[in-house]
Amino acid sequence: MSIDELPGRFGQYGGRFVPEALIGALNELEAAHISAQSDSAFLAELAQLHRTYTGRPSIITEVPRFGEYAGGARIILKREDLNHTGSHKINNVLGQALLTKRMGKKRIIAETGAGQHGVAAATAAALFGLECVVYMGLEDTRRQSLNVARMKLLGAQVVPVTSGSQTLKDAINEAMRDWVTNVADTHYMLGTVAGPHPFPTMVRDYHKIIGIEAREQVLELCGKLPDAVLACIGGGSNAIGIFHAFIPDSGVRLIGFEAGGDGVETGRHAATITGGSPGVLHGTRSYVLQDENGQTIESYSISAGLDYPGVGPEHAYLHDIGRAEYRAINDDQAMNAFSLLCKTEGIIPAIETAHALAGAMIIGNELGPDATLLINLSGRGDKDVQTAAEYFGIPL
Amino acid sequence: MSTTLEELFVKVRAENRAALIAYIPAGFPSKEGCANAIKALVAAGVDAIEIGFPYSDPVMDGPTIQEAADISLKAGTNAADVFAALKVASDSGTAAVVMTYWNPIEKYGVEKFAESIAANGGSGVITPDLPIEESDQWLAAVSAHKINPIYVVAPSSSDLRIAQVSAKTGGFVYAASIMGVTGARASVSVDAAELVGRVRTATSLPVAVGLGVSTREQAKLVAAYADGVIVGSAFIKLLLNADDEKSGLMAISELAKDLAKGVREGR
Ligand SMILES: Cc1ncc(COP(=O)(O)O)c(C=O)c1O
Repeated sequence: MSIDELPGRFGQYGGRFVPEALIGALNELEAAHISAQSDSAFLAELAQLHRTYTGRPSIITEVPRFGEYAGGARIILKREDLNHTGSHKINNVLGQALLTKRMGKKRIIAETGAGQHGVAAATAAALFGLECVVYMGLEDTRRQSLNVARMKLLGAQVVPVTSGSQTLKDAINEAMRDWVTNVADTHYMLGTVAGPHPFPTMVRDYHKIIGIEAREQVLELCGKLPDAVLACIGGGSNAIGIFHAFIPDSGVRLIGFEAGGDGVETGRHAATITGGSPGVLHGTRSYVLQDENGQTIESYSISAGLDYPGVGPEHAYLHDIGRAEYRAINDDQAMNAFSLLCKTEGIIPAIETAHALAGAMIIGNELGPDATLLINLSGRGDKDVQTAAEYFGIPL
Repeated sequence: MSTTLEELFVKVRAENRAALIAYIPAGFPSKEGCANAIKALVAAGVDAIEIGFPYSDPVMDGPTIQEAADISLKAGTNAADVFAALKVASDSGTAAVVMTYWNPIEKYGVEKFAESIAANGGSGVITPDLPIEESDQWLAAVSAHKINPIYVVAPSSSDLRIAQVSAKTGGFVYAASIMGVTGARASVSVDAAELVGRVRTATSLPVAVGLGVSTREQAKLVAAYADGVIVGSAFIKLLLNADDEKSGLMAISELAKDLAKGVREGR
């Protein structure tokens, strides 16, 4: 199977496990996405937005002082943190907002955990004049109150979700319920490469610009491809975004870092591929953290953006065929890498991203000083200052 | 050989009325309480019982059924409890089916799940998040064990889609009365009659209407055009609000008796 032919399935993964009420909307969305991808006017409008609003192409930055802690390997960061709104999430929401307009819908709904995707969705809604409702677990609205305020400033309505574990997975459930009810005029702007087809393919298509740019930039800087491309994995959107252009380059290792929380062996983690098993969650078949009855197990991570018991189906497939590797990084390893990047390079990364940085320290030490590693710096850490200050005992 | 469910619809068609189908999650309000509720519902005149498999992420369900599922899951309800409840229902002589999201079936084992349904007297399974495109393995299993695969159609389903889904369905077609999730509503949407009409042009299978029915008056209105009236959240709400199990059982008996009158008054 070719990975490029807009598949609804990735091997045994992917597909569509949704109420019948949504089938029509998913077909409509798939058709809109396919036609948009071959419409040069649509692609030109998106490219123009990225140049004049997002700030693309994002730069790459070499970080030799940090590299000393990664076995002396040459470390190159793809700076998605410098995008408008501070992370890769803007790539996806601008694409989906254009598509919403194309489908003639006036209202978008979104789920959010840390609030990053919610902020990005609220931003796109403001830019395009769309009504925006963001579902967020009550627990998360407390942990991320600053992002709740940001969304409200941008004109979005934030709905605290009180069902289940009151976190990201329940926010997705609530968004799906809204969509089932209001599908005629509403687009569900899903924030990662999970969910029913066409979301995993569509969201990937809006993020693959990360890898396309980075591949060229690294070739220009180094005269060769990197030995490995690294990214953190929540649902997997920033990772698939940077991996995708490198999939045909069989000499380039693709390595995703999941949230190991307190350690996979403790059960308190969000390392879905490392610690889960194949199953169906939120409309797609992939790896899932689940018990022996198929009930979803609540995940845990210090990073709200990685705290999700599922993962995108394309990652499950890349894992099973051996094209990509997935490892777990626990909270302490991530926070150590977070602190190192701050102090050696003057860059405060998102805690999500810090999992990939901790991964680079391990892979760099495995491969040694001749290795070149490309890391997706998926977001900046402004939103995490409070969590980091608490972790490091800095009084606020 | 037909299932008990198929026989039920032959019978109610002969009586020129609609069947009353009641939904209750396994393990709710407790393991014992569920068995008692099933018996009370059957004694009060319910024609078929739908046992819900409580699931952690029920995207088709509104707050009432979510709350019941949470209570049941906290008490540790598993597949064995679902089959035990199914057996209580089928042993009482009524048609009995299970309603479940897909992942618990997949985790239990697709073939084994169909086998256990049949072994416990079940007539079929309603799968609200399993589209026909993902159903090959499931349809092979249900056909091997001679149970009915019951699919849902929605007001947004096209006529073509309704025909495709009905062609894979057995027992009855589940018509979701509205675009939305489960839960009692003040009125049953006019979409329901229109949807049932469209299903009838595609299939001669019985059509039952679910989502939102909670009163005798609503049951009567729906029974005018549908072969079955499905009631869930209204029973669950009574059990959730009851002071104790006994008063809860009395309340659902009263409602079931009322609804049983309603499904006989429609035509
Ligand atoms: C900066 C950043 N990186 C990564 C993620 C994880 O999402 P994904 O795996 O889809 O890239 C998030 C999610 O909130 C994020 O904010």
